[in-house]
Amino acid sequence: MVSARTFSLFLVLFATWLLLSGIWDPFLIASGAVASLLVVYIAHRMSVIDGEGHPIHLSWKLLTYLPWLTWQIVVSNIAVCRTILSPSMKLDAGSGWVPASQTTPVGLVTFANSITLTPGTVALSVYPDTIQVHALDRAGIEELKAGEMNRRVRAMEGKA
Amino acid sequence: MSLALDILSGACLFVGAVLMIVSALGVIRLPDLFTRLHGASIADTGGAFLLLIGMILQADSFLVGIKLGLIGIVLFFTAPTASHAVAHAALIGGLSPDDPGANQGREEAEEDRA
Repeated sequence: MVSARTFSLFLVLFATWLLLSGIWDPFLIASGAVASLLVVYIAHRMSVIDGEGHPIHLSWKLLTYLPWLTWQIVVSNIAVCRTILSPSMKLDAGSGWVPASQTTPVGLVTFANSITLTPGTVALSVYPDTIQVHALDRAGIEELKAGEMNRRVRAMEGKA
Repeated sequence: MSLALDILSGACLFVGAVLMIVSALGVIRLPDLFTRLHGASIADTGGAFLLLIGMILQADSFLVGIKLGLIGIVLFFTAPTASHAVAHAALIGGLSPDDPGANQGREEAEEDRA
């Protein structure tokens, strides 16, 4: 009847309502439940409760990917700050093509977003099997071409 | 305990604020739109998240912390999307991603408009 995905969407919406309101009186809690149900019903009618609209199957794997991504963000923040603050500011900016082996749209968008989220590299255009990347330092493109981030996102999106 | 928390939160707020300034400096110093985006992305990531962490550590109730955390989650998804939209628009608009010098021709752009 009700799939696990639909039920988890309801739980997420209801938890968001409760945490944002913080007022625990029966009327408001009931309003929250009704509002969440309404949203789930509309989302169901629009058929957007799928692996793309509510990708719960990624939750556990995100736990290993996010810390790695955070570390990458910290490292490249320092690198870009160093470039900005260096008096001579020798730049080797440029663009290049990075292969993307993800098979699902969610995986591809996660890879492109991770590239952009890391300072020093920005995804310019996204194609099904490759991403055009602009980097403040061309070494950043070589690093992406080496493919560690690509592999990790591919592993995270799972089989498909 | 509360002193250690204050020191940690103060350190996060201080480093976050410094990153924001460095990011602004980058937007001014870097030569063209694509390289300036990299400067701005420091404010989107390091600056914004360290300020949020600093504020979460100062939050006097769990619910306030949750709200700040939600701001972080929204930023985590919207900041790269916005950066990509700007970069992609510039690429389609004809800026060269490989030659910063080519994008500095303001006079040329004004001639085109005239």
